[in-house]
Amino acid sequence: MTPTFINIGERTNVTGSAKFRKLIVEGNYPEALSVARQQVEAGAQVIDINMDEGLLDSVQAMRTYLNLLAAEPDIARVPVMIDSSKWEVIEAGLKCVQGKAIVNSISMKEGEETFRHHARECLKYGAAVVVMAFDELGQADTAARKVEICTRAYRILVDEVGFPPEDIIFDPNIFAVATGIEEHDNYAVDFIEATKTIKQTLPFARISGGVSNVSFSFRGNEPVRRAIHSVFLYHAIKAGMDMGIVNAGDLPVYDDIDPELRQAVEDVILNRPQRHNVSNTEYLVELAPKYKGEKGQAQVANLAWREGSVEERLKHALVHGITEFIETDTEEARQAAERPLHVIEGPLMAGMNVVGDLFGSGKMFLPQVVKSARVMKQSVAYLMPFMEAEKAAGGEGTHQAAGKVLMATVKGDVHDIGKNIVGVVLQCNNYEVIDLGVMVPADRILEEAKKHKVDMIGLSGLITPSLDEMVFVAREMQRQGFDIPLLIGGATTSKTHTAVKIEPGYSNNQVVYVLDASRAVGVVSNLLSETERDSFVAETKADYERVRASYGRGNSQPRATLGEARQNHYRIDFLAEAPVKPSFLGLKTFSPYDLDDLAAHIDWTPFFATWELAGRFPAILEDDIVGEAARGLYKDAQAMLKRILDEKWFEARGVVGFWPANANGDDDIEVYADESRAKTIATFHTLRQQMKKARADQANLALSDFIAPKGTPDWIGGFAVTAGHGEMEIARDFKARGDDYNAILATALADRLAEAFAEALHKRVRRELWGYAADEDLDLDGLIGEKYKGIRPAPGYPAQPDHTEKWTLFDLLDARARTGMELTESLAMTPPASVSGLYFAHPKAHYFGVGKIEKDQVEDYARRKGWTVEEAERWLSPILNYVP
Amino acid sequence: MTRADRIAALKAAAKERILILDGSWGVMIQRRGLDEDDFRGKRFAHHNVQLKGNNDILCLTRPDIISDLHDQYFGAGADISETNTFSATTIAQDDYQLDAQAVWDINLEGAKLARAAADRWTAKEPQKPRFAAGSIGPLNKMLSMSSDVNDPGARSVTFDEVYEAYRQQIRALNEGGVDLYLIETITDTLNCKAAIKAILDLADEGLEKLPIWISGTITDRSGRTLSGQTAEAFWNSVKHARPFAVGFNCALGADLMRPHIAEMARIADCLVAAYPNAGLPNAMGQYDEQPHETAHELHEWAKDGIVNILGGCCGTTPDHIRHVADEVRGVKPRAIPERPRALRLAGLEPFELS
Repeated sequence: MTPTFINIGERTNVTGSAKFRKLIVEGNYPEALSVARQQVEAGAQVIDINMDEGLLDSVQAMRTYLNLLAAEPDIARVPVMIDSSKWEVIEAGLKCVQGKAIVNSISMKEGEETFRHHARECLKYGAAVVVMAFDELGQADTAARKVEICTRAYRILVDEVGFPPEDIIFDPNIFAVATGIEEHDNYAVDFIEATKTIKQTLPFARISGGVSNVSFSFRGNEPVRRAIHSVFLYHAIKAGMDMGIVNAGDLPVYDDIDPELRQAVEDVILNRPQRHNVSNTEYLVELAPKYKGEKGQAQVANLAWREGSVEERLKHALVHGITEFIETDTEEARQAAERPLHVIEGPLMAGMNVVGDLFGSGKMFLPQVVKSARVMKQSVAYLMPFMEAEKAAGGEGTHQAAGKVLMATVKGDVHDIGKNIVGVVLQCNNYEVIDLGVMVPADRILEEAKKHKVDMIGLSGLITPSLDEMVFVAREMQRQGFDIPLLIGGATTSKTHTAVKIEPGYSNNQVVYVLDASRAVGVVSNLLSETERDSFVAETKADYERVRASYGRGNSQPRATLGEARQNHYRIDFLAEAPVKPSFLGLKTFSPYDLDDLAAHIDWTPFFATWELAGRFPAILEDDIVGEAARGLYKDAQAMLKRILDEKWFEARGVVGFWPANANGDDDIEVYADESRAKTIATFHTLRQQMKKARADQANLALSDFIAPKGTPDWIGGFAVTAGHGEMEIARDFKARGDDYNAILATALADRLAEAFAEALHKRVRRELWGYAADEDLDLDGLIGEKYKGIRPAPGYPAQPDHTEKWTLFDLLDARARTGMELTESLAMTPPASVSGLYFAHPKAHYFGVGKIEKDQVEDYARRKGWTVEEAERWLSPILNYVP
Repeated sequence: MTRADRIAALKAAAKERILILDGSWGVMIQRRGLDEDDFRGKRFAHHNVQLKGNNDILCLTRPDIISDLHDQYFGAGADISETNTFSATTIAQDDYQLDAQAVWDINLEGAKLARAAADRWTAKEPQKPRFAAGSIGPLNKMLSMSSDVNDPGARSVTFDEVYEAYRQQIRALNEGGVDLYLIETITDTLNCKAAIKAILDLADEGLEKLPIWISGTITDRSGRTLSGQTAEAFWNSVKHARPFAVGFNCALGADLMRPHIAEMARIADCLVAAYPNAGLPNAMGQYDEQPHETAHELHEWAKDGIVNILGGCCGTTPDHIRHVADEVRGVKPRAIPERPRALRLAGLEPFELS
């Protein structure tokens, strides 16, 4: 798992927790250890340990605690943060941890020499460091000072000490706001601004901070403090804050804060102009007592369907996906039933059976089913405590699921919409789903599978390198002696890949390729059925055997050697149609980009496809079969889109660059530092089609054909855009509340916004930024129909199937620092809603697919990339026309 | 050749081929059937406790045997032979009541013997230079494990003591002329980190820098080190040493070690090294795996591109090493992968913020 914000547990901190201080001072270490255990069990990924207390021998306390902690595998599995303002305490801590810890903190408080010394020591002990924005003059308060100190520290660490930049975490100081002192009003803004700048200018460095400081003025009013923390984090995380010392379990979700309170807090945090006749601080102080207790619940009027019996109401709620009354209805059903379990097995299952039948007969569609599941989940969640109470009292307890399925998006991949949909559909059909999320390494998948004794494992992935990871998981299952079915799904997976590459590695049980969510239930129920299983497995096996046999015969179409294909390259007369020079060279950053503008560019057709609703937008809304489902989905999407825009859930960031470039004879594009074209700063490698062309006027294309050879000035562009900053948090919040429907909806909309961003930016590139088509005037349909000049192919897609070109692209664009986007080891972009690609401006440039390639090209490509042939075959495995 | 030249030659050789380390010393010394007098020699004739079984002291009392073993392994095709100093720290040698001077001398002489043997073979076969690795073994006292079942916080040794013991060993090995350090059979990563700290401190103080090879031990099928770390957590915890090579040795035979080496091959941005035992010991504590069996297994690893250095640990002999060297000759070494930069931490398990 790669979380985007790390909550660092703070309860093992004597300065932050009175309870923990008391335990340590009293020498009650066993109890003090259980505080750490609770934090890890509650999900803390790093625990902060601080023993800075005047009454204590802090060195001894740190040593004792860490030595004890080392004996507790369930605590010691997570890294520790050794937190002290005293170097000798830190050093004592470093001498007790076998893992790689974080030191919190070092600074230039006592001058550069001490700072250098501490940094070198941390490096030699093998620790990451938190660096406080603190120098000889004191703690930085303004954004400018914070940035200045952090920049100076970064340069010393990276340039002089040789500290790995990825191991540097800055703490630019969070100070209390709303203190009544005017100079403090901008403190939160200063932190947020500094965070933004540091993330953009100091590559790989991270940002952390002690969050509770910010609300210090509201001591005693925990609900308001929590609201302040939530709002502060909402904005700080958007600005790039990576981790924080905060009691995360207590935080309300930003959206759940009462709007009145949220606005008052936001005015204070963001130091907005006052909107009342008193200052923002005074207004919040006045408002605060009102929120000391719990907030009220909204009431909704009764509707006609509420007249029916409780069974009818539950069925109606399930089929129509209505959650408003589910707890009331569930409670009523529970009181009428002998046991809480009977509510599940009775009316709820009956309702879900109706849903299943409607789905199976094509009368309900995925978005509706997912909404039904949300109702079901909330009802079961309501019943859970009653069933547990019954179990505790010696009863039978919980509901027996029809089977257990473990699902995960494999290591290196971050895409999960499809997997989430499949998970929900399975749950609707009474299967228990254990969802490990995204970026899950093989060992964890197998460990959890064993732990939960699952009946099968489902792997998902969207990008091509994930295919290799799936092969690896299958082999590991074989090696570890698993004997359960393995399901394969996701956009790049295929029956062919499953049959040829995955199945041969796992013979203990069956591997099954699952085409889409609607097939998942059939596959799972067949595999678990005593009567159907054997014939299903036999059919699948025979089918894959056939696929392998026909794959083994290879591509019988005539092939061209690389030399022949190059001879037959695509010819452009660059004199007749001369390349146009971009309006500027170098990079331009859009951070943030206006989301409202992007919403207007959304192409809705793929959005419906995500939900397995086929048809073009807007005609799909009137479709006889799926029209009703599409309309409901579109309405929900529009409502959420409005909230995304109004409440700024996501932030769009992007970067565009243009450089002088020329093609060389080797299908590569050289990118130059400047117009002298003397210094090559990067090379984009391209792949060439090798199918024999039937007609003389058909060329064997490579992207490099669209760039002029040396001697004729030409240029290339690149872009990386994301609309996903915030999407993972939003989706996670919805999921945590049992609302998979809105979680999937939010993710799908973020994807659409990112695509719209790429489209909108391309338009600006054509019309002004590059400016080669200044007079272009196309409407949205024209844009979607790609009627414009020039293309924006992305690495990993048909025109250049090699994902690793993204490394070159990201480096050239400085994309990580400028947009906060990252690449996983499998070249998936994070946040998931991201798009990147190259710009080719020539009017003759057009999209194509490279298709399968031969060994001669793979060898040549390996040489150009500086790879071994094996590496090249690994990265290009989906397009090889031979079995390596 | 200066030591800098030799290190350059070592790095160049690693790019071209799979390097071969030597095999077990324990089993070969055992076969000699030495008695107490052999171990004592003249220098320790009147030592007050038994010295039999203290193999390291043979560097001082039977240097002929040690030189012969280096020769046998180099002759079998090893590129690298280890000094016979696995337990030559003041802490480990305290069991035999040997003082700091004796420990220093074991390391110094052990290094000189390996140096001389390597130089002889390099002179004889200049096209295949040989190297001496300074063996830095584990301690019988661990920093992450309790020394008292009733008190999980108890430790029988401190970090500073471990650091000091390794520091002396490292200085002596360096002075004796080894080409690289091999911190091996690591059961407790914190002990290893003390050794790394000592190496890095000494380099800062001006001692000539040598490549570092770090070799952990996965103790059983749990897939963890004795102190509880997974392979990736172990790597995250030691990679600040910027090692020349990392990998695993001992405890497991090749079949059970493979997945952990494969994992290391995926994550480590340096050479990956493995020297497994000759299978698991039989009921008599002896290793039955035959040279061709070991070689067959390791050849598979080599073909699959997951290793850069291969050798043998407990139970392996010059014959095993000869078979391994013959089998993997001409097989390309693993290509070092490039991993995206990310904040990677570790407890017993890895943590990554990318």
